[in-house]
Amino acid sequence: MTTISPAAIVVDHLSKVYRVPEREAGLMAGVRSLVGRRFREVPAVRDIAFAIAAGEVVGFLGPNGAGKTTTIKMLAGLLHPSDGRARVLGFEPARREREYLRQMTLVMGNRNQLAWDLPALDSFDVARAMYRIPRERFLRTRDAFIRLLDLDEVVRKPVRNLSLGERMKVEIAASLLHLPKVLFLDEPTIGLDVAMQRRIRAFIAEYNQRVGATVLLTSHYMADVQALCRRVIIIHRGRLLFDGPLADLIARFASHKQVGVTLANGAQPSAASLASYGTIVEVGEGRFALSVPKADVPAVTARLLADWPIADLSVDEPSIEDVIERVFAGGDHDADGAAADAVAGRAEARP
Amino acid sequence: MSALRDIYLTSIRVSWLSQLQYRVGLAIWIVGLAIEPVVYLVVWTTVADAQGGSVGGFTRGAFAAYYIVWIVVRVMNIALTPWAFEERVQRGALSPMLLRPIHPFHVDLADFIAMKLVSLLILVPVIGVLVVLFDPSFQGGALDVALFAVATWTGFLMRFILVWALGLVTFWIVRIGAIFDLYFAVELLLSGRIVPIDLLPPWARTAAALLPFRWSFGFPIELALGRLDGVDAAIGFGMQAFWAAVGTGALVLLWRRGVRRYSAVGA
Repeated sequence: MTTISPAAIVVDHLSKVYRVPEREAGLMAGVRSLVGRRFREVPAVRDIAFAIAAGEVVGFLGPNGAGKTTTIKMLAGLLHPSDGRARVLGFEPARREREYLRQMTLVMGNRNQLAWDLPALDSFDVARAMYRIPRERFLRTRDAFIRLLDLDEVVRKPVRNLSLGERMKVEIAASLLHLPKVLFLDEPTIGLDVAMQRRIRAFIAEYNQRVGATVLLTSHYMADVQALCRRVIIIHRGRLLFDGPLADLIARFASHKQVGVTLANGAQPSAASLASYGTIVEVGEGRFALSVPKADVPAVTARLLADWPIADLSVDEPSIEDVIERVFAGGDHDADGAAADAVAGRAEARP
Repeated sequence: MSALRDIYLTSIRVSWLSQLQYRVGLAIWIVGLAIEPVVYLVVWTTVADAQGGSVGGFTRGAFAAYYIVWIVVRVMNIALTPWAFEERVQRGALSPMLLRPIHPFHVDLADFIAMKLVSLLILVPVIGVLVVLFDPSFQGGALDVALFAVATWTGFLMRFILVWALGLVTFWIVRIGAIFDLYFAVELLLSGRIVPIDLLPPWARTAAALLPFRWSFGFPIELALGRLDGVDAAIGFGMQAFWAAVGTGALVLLWRRGVRRYSAVGA
């Protein structure tokens, strides 16, 4: 059953413009810059708006340099917005009030806040003191995290002796000991192997279930997004391109389906003989795959079945990576165009 | 208040464990540190011998006492170098600190208190060897020693605040090294580190009395040696309190504005 929750995160007309010094290369340009420094304004986030309900897990996607981390840093209170406003749990993040900092966490995949030379248990204890966690609750939470993330051995070894994956698990555990109500996770699984990614994903899902925390997650691994997020927000060049359910994203932007065929006689068809059915994705010995407009799929499959000795035929949605690539490509051509308009309507419809 | 005490006690315990990991490196560093005062000591005792046994009231034994206590004060004076802020401000290492519900100053201070506790333990045998080698003559009584113990910690706190505040200038100036160098050069001359304050020319003594440097370095040594009366001691603690207050004011102001600037340009 779905319950209506008040928004935990509200972003309204939020923008961030960086002022970057610039000069030409060369000695003379260097000398000139001493007297008249030139600055260029680089908009990193442009007038974005969305709201995230308490307990929601939202994927925040975009290519490198899209403005994801800038947005997350504004929400965490590390960056002052240039315009617009953000409210998280009713707080204005840029004020960095202690009461706010005690209720949120930001995990960045490549940051390390643990005492390097000591077992993580010692760093956990420092977190207990800093976040004023009552001792009994701390021990209960700590032991639960150790169990869930399989950290029993790991937390007793000096952090410098841990593998990247072990360190990330410990880092996440340390960041959540104070049971924050809002989690900003910036590439939490970056550089980890598949099993470790899966373990961390399961932990985040479990935490969300148990604590009812709101999660905003950026990741380049679509498996993270598919496993955790029903809703995604896509940002590109600082602008919002899409905000809605993951399923809608696929329905809206996946205009083609992929038709895969395995031939019964093992022959290799020529590209010319396949061109009339759709766009060729791949051709191999005894098999081929085509990209076919959604509306044409029934007719094309019927023709294929009639024309070829088919052992197996499959019709698949394109991968989420392909869909998102398509969204970004649309954003490249027309960031203010139809895709953005569709999203803007969606964002406004939210609380 | 009890929450802050818990943070300090926990951080000191954890930092102490961390420092112990590096005990050999720390010991080598402290032994190396002892070379500097031994050089001064050899120079001054040679001068004293050439001038009939004393210079400005400092006998050979008094010089030995001065420079042996010097080592304790030197170790106690160590604070977070302002250069640390280059890494923090320019490379973004400050960001994780800003996410914690506690001012990074407290975390740093706890870290350095832990370092002092380990260093003082390592110092005991070093001091023992120097006492045997140089035969110092201590004139101070039990009260002087007690006041010395307090003054080293309060002096450390005062210096820690000032140097921390100085590091915050990094928020505004990218290449800050020259300012730091100037600060430490003046400190070297007017703190009593190279030369006891009493041996400085009058104008330098006046400057030393007004500036903070002497009050964290020369002042505790003079207390330990029994060279200060009650009034001088009170003035010394008063000056420490004054400069700690000035430093705290500067720190609060610079921090507030600096963090605003940091979060405006990119954290």
